[in-house]
Amino acid sequence: MKIVVLVKQTPDTETKPKITADKKRLEEGEIKFVMNPYDEFAVEEALKTKEKIGGDSTVTVISLGPDRVVETIRTALAMGADTGIHISDPALDSADSYATAVALAAAAKKAGFDVIFCGKQAIDGDFAQVNSRVAETLDIPQINLTTKLDLSATGGKAERRIEGGEELIEFPLPALISCEKGLNEPRYASLPGIMKAKKKPLDKHDLAALGLSADAVKPRLQIQEIRIPEQKRRGVKLTGEVTETVPKLVKLLREEAKVI
Amino acid sequence: MAEKDVLIVAEQRGGTIRKISYELAGIGGQLAQKTGGELVAVLIGEGVQGAAASLGKYGVKKVLVADGPAFKLYSTEGYVTAAAKAVEKVQPGIVLTGASALGRDLSARLAQRLKTGLVTDSVGLDIVDGKLQGIRPALSGKIQHVVTIPESRPQIASIRPNVFNVPEANGPDASVETLDHGVDAGKIRAKVTEVRASAGAKADLTEAERIVSGGRALKAAENFKIMNDLADVIGATVGASRAAVDSGYAPHAMQIGQTGKVVNPTLYLGFGISGAIQHLAGMRTSKVIVAVNKDPDAPIWQIADYGIVDDLFKVTPALIEEFKKLLAQG
Ligand SMILES: Cc1cc2nc3c(=O)[nH]c(=O)nc-3n(C[C@H](O)[C@H](O)[C@H](O)COP(=O)(O)OP(=O)(O)OC[C@H]3O[C@@H](n4cnc5c(N)ncnc54)[C@H](O)[C@@H]3O)c2cc1C
Repeated sequence: MKIVVLVKQTPDTETKPKITADKKRLEEGEIKFVMNPYDEFAVEEALKTKEKIGGDSTVTVISLGPDRVVETIRTALAMGADTGIHISDPALDSADSYATAVALAAAAKKAGFDVIFCGKQAIDGDFAQVNSRVAETLDIPQINLTTKLDLSATGGKAERRIEGGEELIEFPLPALISCEKGLNEPRYASLPGIMKAKKKPLDKHDLAALGLSADAVKPRLQIQEIRIPEQKRRGVKLTGEVTETVPKLVKLLREEAKVI
Repeated sequence: MAEKDVLIVAEQRGGTIRKISYELAGIGGQLAQKTGGELVAVLIGEGVQGAAASLGKYGVKKVLVADGPAFKLYSTEGYVTAAAKAVEKVQPGIVLTGASALGRDLSARLAQRLKTGLVTDSVGLDIVDGKLQGIRPALSGKIQHVVTIPESRPQIASIRPNVFNVPEANGPDASVETLDHGVDAGKIRAKVTEVRASAGAKADLTEAERIVSGGRALKAAENFKIMNDLADVIGATVGASRAAVDSGYAPHAMQIGQTGKVVNPTLYLGFGISGAIQHLAGMRTSKVIVAVNKDPDAPIWQIADYGIVDDLFKVTPALIEEFKKLLAQG
């Protein structure tokens, strides 16, 4: 079975963002980059699937971004993936979800796949679009927010999270599965895994290699400005006996905040 | 007139229109007024024809209905195809969906099919220089993007629940038209076979207007009962921090935060929650935040509007009584 995982490199969750002077990007200097946490579930599920299906199953990791994303591909290889593809092209510098999905889909097609795993969203942009857009580009079913999966060589059953419950879905392969927390516990890269990863094949593809023109990846969305949202907080901190603090709080919630 | 119109993808479950649909009608109506177009809705489901006209009360002029057994349960393929048909028919300049599980799933696939841009999870929408401008949180709410869709049409946006007001329900019935949706149930590949409701009939956290949330300090699953009691009094849904979930005090479905749910209530009450950045990622956009924590220096105070520095086991029972007293007065 040919298994593809899409991974993104994102700032670590503790990152305190600083915005560039043109207000269009984040200063990268002090950011610590890690594998997008949801993509760890995707890599884990890909490896589990390979182990389950066996035979000559392979896991190919695909990532798009600047040279630093190679680290994240290597992390996935160290966890146990077989090969990596790094998509890099100046025309993708301001790629939005549309452009990213077109390029990722082309790379997945070139690599060949029966199933594609990805995270439910990347924690930097929080757009949660690339998954569905890749599936649409490839004309395959998508199972988003998957929390349980039972996959065979030809199809599978999944549970996905919706408001107030779960949906149970049956689907044929090929398909795209976006992974939600709870699906599995991602493994760590072992030291031998890290050593082995250094020797695993990692190809670099530009747009031409993917058979795409710059026009095919023209962004549809433009970021005009990045801002830090205002937090106007009242900051009323009550101390003392509950016989005093509690009635005071309730009064404030009714009369000042008007939420009760 | 085409291109000026705003199309909303209304949501229903089991034939009942969901609140997000009215929020869509509210902001959709405002945008249509600015573009000089009409507010049109598409309603997809089985046995939903009857509910369609009532969307008019909220300002929708016309409802296209895709009704049939193929839409009994949500499927990406069926619903996206029907929504795309509605877009083809209406030729709107703007399409709005909820940033709900359904709306997010549908809108991204629809946007790719139409080769256009999508503003996910909008918390602000306006028409600026004739174009839709969206404000959306990113990096777990630490930053906001101001975005536009410069050329491609329609401009699609999904809206975060509980942000946009529900308009007063005083409009005339909408005209209802059957949509020729062209969906063949037999051709849908990924099929929903069952929808399982999680225990408790309370509003889901992502849609709840009031949330009572407990942290590690609750110390035991049984102690969440006081959270439930308080929630019952004020009509809230109960959430939890990751520490409470990891300690087995609450199921993961209750987790709020970066790896849990993103919530946006009018009132969030956090009990014994330190306010770690990953927790804030899920609740920082709550309109009013109340903390109860014995540590006066806990990070939660940096974003709390109100709070009590004290033991939650002392505060909660007193709070339940005080709310009961207040609500009995009306
Ligand atoms: C990748 C990653 C993802 C994460 N995702 C999430 C997430 O989605 N959601 C989430 O919540 N966390 C998440 N976390 C965990 C987060 O960092 C914190 O560990 C967690 O939120 C702490 O939960 P807590 O506030 O309940 O517990 P603690 O940090 O232990 O805080 C307990 C608080 O209760 C107070 N307290 C103790 N006893 C009492 C009492 N009797 N009365 C009143 N106050 C009392 C203490 O002063 C303290 O402030 C994530 C972490 C990582 C690394």
